[in-house]
Amino acid sequence: MKKIVLLLQKLSPFIGCLIFYIVVTVLRSHKIINGYYMQVLMFAGVNVMMTVSLNLVNGFTGQFCIGHAGFMSLGAYGSAVVTTLIFKGSHFTGVAQLPVFLLSLLCGGTVAALVGCLIGIPSLRLKGDYLAIVTLAFGEIVRALLRLIQPIGGARGMIGIPNYSSFGRILFFVALTLWLVRNLIYSPFGRAFIAIRDNEIAADAMGINTTKYKILSFCIAAFIAGVAGGLYAHVLCFIQPDSFGFTKSSDFLVYLYAGGSGSLTGSVIGAVLLTILPEMLRFLADWRLVLYALILVAVMLYRSEGLCGGKEVPFLKVKRASLYKEPIFGAKKNAAKNG
Amino acid sequence: MASILQFLVYGLQLGSVYALLALGYTMVYGIVGMINTAHGDFLMIGALSTFFIAKAFESINADGTYPMLIVGLIILISMMFTGGIAVTVEAIAYRPLRYKPRMIALITAVGVSMFLENFPRALPFIGPNPRPFPTLFINRTFNVLGASITSTQLIMIVLSAVTMIALDRFVAKTKIGGQMRAVSMDKDAANLMGINVNKVISITFFIGGALAAVSGICYASAYPQVEVYMGSWLGNMSFVAAVLGGIGDIRGAMLGGFILGIAQIFATAINSTFGYAVGFIILIIILLVKPAGIMGTLTIEKV
Repeated sequence: MKKIVLLLQKLSPFIGCLIFYIVVTVLRSHKIINGYYMQVLMFAGVNVMMTVSLNLVNGFTGQFCIGHAGFMSLGAYGSAVVTTLIFKGSHFTGVAQLPVFLLSLLCGGTVAALVGCLIGIPSLRLKGDYLAIVTLAFGEIVRALLRLIQPIGGARGMIGIPNYSSFGRILFFVALTLWLVRNLIYSPFGRAFIAIRDNEIAADAMGINTTKYKILSFCIAAFIAGVAGGLYAHVLCFIQPDSFGFTKSSDFLVYLYAGGSGSLTGSVIGAVLLTILPEMLRFLADWRLVLYALILVAVMLYRSEGLCGGKEVPFLKVKRASLYKEPIFGAKKNAAKNG
Repeated sequence: MASILQFLVYGLQLGSVYALLALGYTMVYGIVGMINTAHGDFLMIGALSTFFIAKAFESINADGTYPMLIVGLIILISMMFTGGIAVTVEAIAYRPLRYKPRMIALITAVGVSMFLENFPRALPFIGPNPRPFPTLFINRTFNVLGASITSTQLIMIVLSAVTMIALDRFVAKTKIGGQMRAVSMDKDAANLMGINVNKVISITFFIGGALAAVSGICYASAYPQVEVYMGSWLGNMSFVAAVLGGIGDIRGAMLGGFILGIAQIFATAINSTFGYAVGFIILIIILLVKPAGIMGTLTIEKV
């Protein structure tokens, strides 16, 4: 009995996503959800992946990455090049489609992860805000370089990307991401990440190779962001460098910190709520973003640890030993003052 | 030779806009320790308010130009107004978060920036459309060594240089300047010494906002158009300039602004997309060589 519960708990992201998928499919067949809402939900899924991966760097490792859209654009272009330029678009139907799509996502993720390692290297020398600025600069340089490369459309962007991302596929990748990241955080790697976040010097003194783990965290986050970018490209069927600017990066930061950094639940809730909220406010026309901004500022002022900062729903937690009775992700109360 | 001089003038013109804006960034960072992403929008508010104030003075506008005194008055009112907005933003949105982690303040600043851009956009009498900026300065063209320099460019460069020197002296010599430096070193200790930290921070934001207004007027005079989104891109670039020079350092911000402006103009002459990226490339190179920027000093973290 206990084993079954544990197994269910381990596979909970998949089960949760499956239930969600069934609910949405039923609602869709009863015409309660139209195609537009489906697309919003698909973007919400992509945003969840982006936010969770950003959480790995900002929330769990304590580094500041404010150019995360750069990784997303690399993944988007990497995978779009595979499906559109190498395999020539929509020739594939049915069974052959899936391997091509997976290959493209893998390719996008790998490109992003390699560059993520590269950008992780300055983190050897830079700390805090300066690292944040280098990641911002990195995002903008990627954007400028993509504008220069003509075969992928330059500044005009890339069109004719096949529509491979379905709602089910995105949901599967969301579940996979949650499962992977949760297991990672509760592994020795994750403990090293958290140790670096809480006190880098102490972590160093305890024998953690901080450099290695920081780069690793960047790499893994970049890989996930790359895959999310690939999914994004195949939802929209059109990508251009300018849609991955600082505005996009700050969107993910907003999702992360409004949801609560250092909490996977927070990332999911933040990304889903804040993706859907602007769409629900559409009836306000011009005042839509004004109200959105006010809500955001109010959340940060009155609940600055985020909507579920430091808390985690039970099925995203793994209980290991009595040693960890205290929540590992408890908000840093004393450290808050020192920033 | 002539074209190099011409580019240099354009570079100085853009650099003075960046430098003025970067000063606000660097002062706020030095004193409060937060990245105020909404600072670029103060530039937009400065330019937009100047547009409306100039419209109010339209009856004095003889043969297309304003008298010098009126121009001074317009600039002054716009500076006061923008400074006031900056102080209000600080009091409402940033003050409660002063002792919270930095990223929280950054996210709040993103929200504030979104509000400052979209609120005027939603107001019916402002709206999203770009407007032509009124000519405030006399327009005459000089020919120096084959390069043509307009009087607007000269006024811009001189105005920003004077403002920067005044600010530098202000922070170095006056009592409030001394209080600012004390707060930037240690807020709690400054408080114990009887310095009103809230007042000093308000003054810092006021100065930052006023400088952003000047920079907005300069920018809008050179590229005569105002719209609600004009600030975000300039804000990012001048933030890069502030970091380049060593964030928290006033002279560094000026230097960074001018380096960035000149480099950007020269690179744009080669390729427009490259001009866009060159600032960031310079930034990364400088940070890899000198991790705290050109003028910045690296603080060593102790246990």
